[in-house]
Amino acid sequence: MVAAPPPAAEPGKLGRYATGVLFLAPAVAVLGIWLLYPVGYTILRSFFGQTGYLGHWVGVDNYRHLFTTSTLVTAIKNNAIWVGVVPALVTALGLIFAVLTERVRWAVAFKTVVFLPMAISAFATGVTWRIMYQQDPSLGAINALGRAVSDFVSSPGVLPSALPSAANLVATSSGGILLKTPLHPGGVALLGLTGIPPDSVPKSAVQAVRPAPKPGDVVGVVWRDFRPGGGKPGVVEKEELGIPGVVVELRSSTGKVVQRTSTAPNGTFDFSNVEAGTYQAAVSAQTFAKPFGGYAWLGPKLITPSLLVAYIWIWAGFAMVVIGAGLSAMPRDVLEAARTDGATELQVFRRVTVPLLAPVLSVVFITMIINVLKVFDIVLALAPESTQSNASVIALAMWRTAFGGINDFGTGSAIAVFLFLLVIPVLLLNIRRFRREV
Amino acid sequence: MATAAASVPMPARRDPLAARLVRVAAKGPVNLVLAVLGLLWLVPTIGLFLTSILPQSTLASKGWWQIFSKPSLATFSNYDALIHNHGLLDALKTTAYIAVGNTALVIVIGALAGYAFAWLEFPGRDALFVVVIGLLVVPLQMALIPMFKLYDYAHLFDTVFGIVLFHVAFGLPFAIFLLRNFFVGIPKDILESARIDGASEIWIFLRLILPLGLPAIASLGIFQFLWTWNDLIVALTFGQNTQPITVWIFGQLREFGSSIDVIAPASFISLVIPLAVFFAFQRYFVQGLLAGSVK
Repeated sequence: MVAAPPPAAEPGKLGRYATGVLFLAPAVAVLGIWLLYPVGYTILRSFFGQTGYLGHWVGVDNYRHLFTTSTLVTAIKNNAIWVGVVPALVTALGLIFAVLTERVRWAVAFKTVVFLPMAISAFATGVTWRIMYQQDPSLGAINALGRAVSDFVSSPGVLPSALPSAANLVATSSGGILLKTPLHPGGVALLGLTGIPPDSVPKSAVQAVRPAPKPGDVVGVVWRDFRPGGGKPGVVEKEELGIPGVVVELRSSTGKVVQRTSTAPNGTFDFSNVEAGTYQAAVSAQTFAKPFGGYAWLGPKLITPSLLVAYIWIWAGFAMVVIGAGLSAMPRDVLEAARTDGATELQVFRRVTVPLLAPVLSVVFITMIINVLKVFDIVLALAPESTQSNASVIALAMWRTAFGGINDFGTGSAIAVFLFLLVIPVLLLNIRRFRREV
Repeated sequence: MATAAASVPMPARRDPLAARLVRVAAKGPVNLVLAVLGLLWLVPTIGLFLTSILPQSTLASKGWWQIFSKPSLATFSNYDALIHNHGLLDALKTTAYIAVGNTALVIVIGALAGYAFAWLEFPGRDALFVVVIGLLVVPLQMALIPMFKLYDYAHLFDTVFGIVLFHVAFGLPFAIFLLRNFFVGIPKDILESARIDGASEIWIFLRLILPLGLPAIASLGIFQFLWTWNDLIVALTFGQNTQPITVWIFGQLREFGSSIDVIAPASFISLVIPLAVFFAFQRYFVQGLLAGSVK
């Protein structure tokens, strides 16, 4: 392996060459067999058919598949989204975290917490977030939060599933239930509902009461017009519960809502001081509003955004730590000078900090591009089997093509080469950076 | 890093009073924002842990936060069942073999090569090092198909050794890069005087380079350990019955809802060891990260 020593060689130089070669031999052997040979083979293999050591020559057909097979096109498109979103967001978050943590005393604690996911496998992260993303708001924390917010913005109906119990009650187009019988001051409105499962009756409900008419008022009751055994529709009977918290509207003959009130634990309500005229009573649509059902984070439409969030959760800590190191190596006097000259914190950040950090930011950004191009485990762990095709990325598509049942080594090799081509610019950049250092 | 930031004296007394007041007032919101963010970053892991200590029957209808209203639900029975699960125990053992074996081999082979690139002369040294740098970013997908075929032929398929060697190969470029750059920084005088005293290169390597290079070797070791402990794709491709914990859990994922009492505790076990390693050697981890963030 060693060439003849040059004429001017000192004695022992050959021996020193030999030492170097010996020290290097294990690494060269491993890299040669596990890296260089495979790279060559995979490139060659990508021009041959599905099976066999080489199989039959197919030219660039495998590469054509890459852009014509719908699952592969989806994978490439998804990976483009990953590249477009993740490096920028991770770098930005890392920068923000690094700058903010410089101002608090508990920076070490915060950094540790944000950095923790870096130690966890992408696979365990996938499992972790899959629990977070469950669609049923009772099971998934994110949708539970969504339900809490939606309940806060518009309170959910007391009775998502109720139906009118008698013929004089009709469902209106707006979603409420209207009592057709006209009412006058001193009248009684009986709003019986059925189709309410026992466990959806609010807990505070008590025996329904048919209120006595009051002069000048329109009174009434909203109740669960059903008791074990059935009962008579439209009649308030023993064992039938009033429904509290239902919003009832008094509408004028033109359909305008005149008064609004909500029911007591025994289901009764009272519109007081009603002017003479003809009215109708209705249970407002709000009562029947369906509760927030949760977004399908793991469904085909949202799976990629969901994956991006989980992935950013892993890598923000990395960006924060690297940028933080750059930040603490930054000349303080420059920052202080800018502040003394009257620059605001925002100006210091934009005009001094960011430009000085540019080399570090670009390292983080490029590292993330590489990471994102190779993303694999988290998709396999987080995306349920049914949406894996929708969530696929290049590395996963390669694995599924070559080992996931299709076992097409030709197209699999072409996908791998495609991935390799995508990282080549970074490879060249690394080499150039090294050359400059030497 | 944190110490570097802290050692910078704050020339606060020169600031105008108003600016100082503004800065103090500005810290309230910053603290609040960071507290919220920190909580957000903790919630998923806490959720996984709480899921893992709830009985499966309660998880069908309500999420892990039910434990806050009913702490009595907490049970370690899921873990108890796992401790008697041979599949999981074997998987843990396999994971440990792979992670430790790979870490040891990468350190030894990488340190030898790193020393050669840093301090030994041989023709084509720099050209070869450029190749190593080029190999840093090669996606391992490039080697899956050829090695799958080769492993089949060489009877390395479904063996711990085969999986370890694959990891070693893909860990080496980074290892050589990191260690070479660290070894280059060792003062030349130390090596020269040892050489003049007639020390052999092996002696220098064992007695000088390894002890002096310990910080870099520690960083590398932690990285390699975590990387292999957390691997899925390599073991999934080259193992069948040789399953590390990630592959074992992956096999349960198909029935996510009904096996959550296995998946959640097993996932938590799988991340406890990396976390322990991370906390024990955090400093080295960060150093390695900073040195190697070109990868």
